[in-house]
Amino acid sequence: MDNQNFSFIGKIRDSNIYFAFTKSPTAIISTIILMIIFFCSFFVELIAPYNPFDPSSLDLMEAFTPPSWSKDGMSKFLLGTDGQGRDMLSTILYGSRISLIVGFAAILFSLILGVSLGLTAGYFGGKYEMIVMRITDVQLTVPSILMALLIDGIARGVISKELHNEMAIYVLIFAIGISEWPQFARVSRAATLVEKNKDYISASTIIGVPNIKIMFKHILPNILRPILVIGTIGLALAIIAESTLSFLGVGVPPTTPSLGTLIRIGNDFLFSGEWWITFFPAIFLVILAFSINLLGDWMRDTLNPKLN
Amino acid sequence: MSFLKIDNLSVNYRMRKETIYAVKNINFDVKKGEILGLVGESGSGKSTLGNAIINLIDEPGKISNGKIILDGVNIHEKPEDILKYRGKKIGLIFQDPQTSLNPLLTIGEQLIETIQTHLDLDFKESKSRAINLLQEVGIKDSENRFDNYPHQFSGGMRQRVVISLALCCEPELLIADEPTTALDVSIQSQILELIKTLTKERNLAVILITHDMGVISETADRVGVMKNGDLVEIGSTKEILTNPKEIYTKSLISSVPPTNKKISRFKIIEKKENSNKSINIKILDRWNKKKLTEQNLIEIKNLKKTFQEGMFTETSKNTVMAVDDVSFNIKEGESFGLVGESGSGKSTIAKMIVNLFKPSSGDIFFDNVCITKIKKNKEMMTFRKQIQMIFQDPYSSLNGRLKVKDIIAEPIKLHNPTITNDDLDDYINDLLESVELSKKSSIRYPHEFSGGQRQRISIARALATQPRLLVCDEPTSALDVSIQAQILNLLKDLQEQLNLTILFISHDLPVVRQMCDRIGVLRNGKLCEVSDTEKLFLEPKHEYSKELLHLMPKIESIYN
Repeated sequence: MDNQNFSFIGKIRDSNIYFAFTKSPTAIISTIILMIIFFCSFFVELIAPYNPFDPSSLDLMEAFTPPSWSKDGMSKFLLGTDGQGRDMLSTILYGSRISLIVGFAAILFSLILGVSLGLTAGYFGGKYEMIVMRITDVQLTVPSILMALLIDGIARGVISKELHNEMAIYVLIFAIGISEWPQFARVSRAATLVEKNKDYISASTIIGVPNIKIMFKHILPNILRPILVIGTIGLALAIIAESTLSFLGVGVPPTTPSLGTLIRIGNDFLFSGEWWITFFPAIFLVILAFSINLLGDWMRDTLNPKLN
Repeated sequence: MSFLKIDNLSVNYRMRKETIYAVKNINFDVKKGEILGLVGESGSGKSTLGNAIINLIDEPGKISNGKIILDGVNIHEKPEDILKYRGKKIGLIFQDPQTSLNPLLTIGEQLIETIQTHLDLDFKESKSRAINLLQEVGIKDSENRFDNYPHQFSGGMRQRVVISLALCCEPELLIADEPTTALDVSIQSQILELIKTLTKERNLAVILITHDMGVISETADRVGVMKNGDLVEIGSTKEILTNPKEIYTKSLISSVPPTNKKISRFKIIEKKENSNKSINIKILDRWNKKKLTEQNLIEIKNLKKTFQEGMFTETSKNTVMAVDDVSFNIKEGESFGLVGESGSGKSTIAKMIVNLFKPSSGDIFFDNVCITKIKKNKEMMTFRKQIQMIFQDPYSSLNGRLKVKDIIAEPIKLHNPTITNDDLDDYINDLLESVELSKKSSIRYPHEFSGGQRQRISIARALATQPRLLVCDEPTSALDVSIQAQILNLLKDLQEQLNLTILFISHDLPVVRQMCDRIGVLRNGKLCEVSDTEKLFLEPKHEYSKELLHLMPKIESIYN
């Protein structure tokens, strides 16, 4: 115990998770890919070769340019251009930022909602627990895309059209978030039930610690592992859900396209031979979701105490 | 002529940072008709040794060295040959009878399966053999019970079935790994008696692995003492227990609570005893010490608790009477013991006193106030402060995500919100010192401590609110015997200096005898008898108390 490293980085290097991480090529590769994607999306203004939303930089003469390595390609457009002459690479990077923002925000929203409901349900039990868990059961019978479509439909009815374009991204976050929370509620309730019966919770109760503090200071940190795992896998699902909704035309508007919107736009040109407009956003989405999923699976296996 | 010879055996585990030797160069032999006891504390390698004999070491463990010679044959020479020995020539009994039988097969099917795997018998022959075996291990009406599933047997009966499984192919060597640890004391003695008779009748060589000195003294012919993978000492049981040569054996034996007398403290031989009286003064300065009166601190009147299972099921059928009309008093400054077997309701009573459960009926008075009728949280807080609890499992009683200082600070800050940070740190250090932990411990996390140290942290946390009543629910049953002695000493010292009242709950009669002034005996939720400790041990009144005392394994029996 004497040669222990007390610095933060030292502790990480010492931990078993870091050790398992260095032994898993899948985890390393998917993390590197994700870090590149996150970095490029975050600093897109600096990295993207063009700003596709600046009309002055667009030239309709350059529309439908194929990728640079094909016969008619131009070296300045690596992945070609779309119907309005926008550089595909830049558009994809800008689009992935919107997809990621929506995905993260939606999963955060459903995580907070689901965990607080699941945690309180597991902790208090009784009628309250029964009601909450029955609601999650009902919600789980409704496919999440259908749920999101429903909410989007209601939002369109309630909010005026001009406002809707501005609000679209928030509606989308809400719609995806509300359709994903039952997962979090179920997992956190189950984990709470296990933790609740451990002696350290009894000890806190005997000391007189208020319920709210027991739940958030004692139980929550101890159930974070499984929540983190389903949160990661949920993130991939949320990004795909966003793309699906945008592809169906109920997501973010085409003026600020996300990956799903780009795929939809490109889909119209697929049969006229301009395959790259839909192909590159689609493959980008697949790589993104796949890496997140791989990382999530690795986390589930590593953090699961039963498998160690 | 020795039947089993272990020659220079070593087992190592290659871990991420180092190679751990679980068993180091061990030599011993076992004769036929002899029971060799292997004792040691957790982590001493005794179970690894047992598993190594049948080559059942889990990855990444490996037998790195040595020979195991059974009846003149080195059984590890060809790894595939071990299957011929395992279950046939060598029988095994495991600790937990709940998990060592397959719940989906009847015991008959499991017996016949084992018999037919190893012996060339048809169904009829194996069945009659199995029934005979069941009779031999003391299962009555064995022909009818043959088709029962494991869940239809009690724990003790199940262990008998496990023994019959181990015996079904006429083994010559029997390895019993903590065969009675999961069982109540009354069943324990039956199982040990059974193993003893079988050893004689069948002329078996038996290796009995256990941590319990009492079990060893009553059954084993010879004893090997293990520590950190080394065989410290081996010899006849009587010699080892009465005249140990090694310091480790001496300290181990002096830590075992004697059953025939009450001693004031346990002698700790290995560790130098520091004069903790001077250390404790610091915490005494803060302690709002109450003068001892002869009054009752706790009065329990007609306490009842029923558990009802399930919302949609009929409640009347599933009602379990956990505590049934129990009344007793605890005087201020007294140690009151509650003993009973598992399921007797002793923990339920403790949880009602600390107000984790509400009683179904009856009252608990603390300092002449009925605490079961308090509704307001604020009023309850004044009592919460005065009643604290220490739990059985040191691994689940501390929140692993908090540093030790935050764990201890929580009750202090809660009951004294105005305390300054400096004062708080001082207080935490004083508390840690009073449980003999260093100041440095405060910035560590619980997983960096051993079971005994964790239990000390638990005690420090319980003392932080300066309670008058300390409820100890089996505080040492998860600990090794030498650690148990230290913790019991600590509790005694603290009680003496802080005028604590202690409710001590245990299934372990010798421990209770050392700790308590008065004892209540519980059975199936009913209180059989309450009497002074010495009186209970010398002249028990109730039939059940007599039975319990008679059955408890006595380390002193070796002297007779």
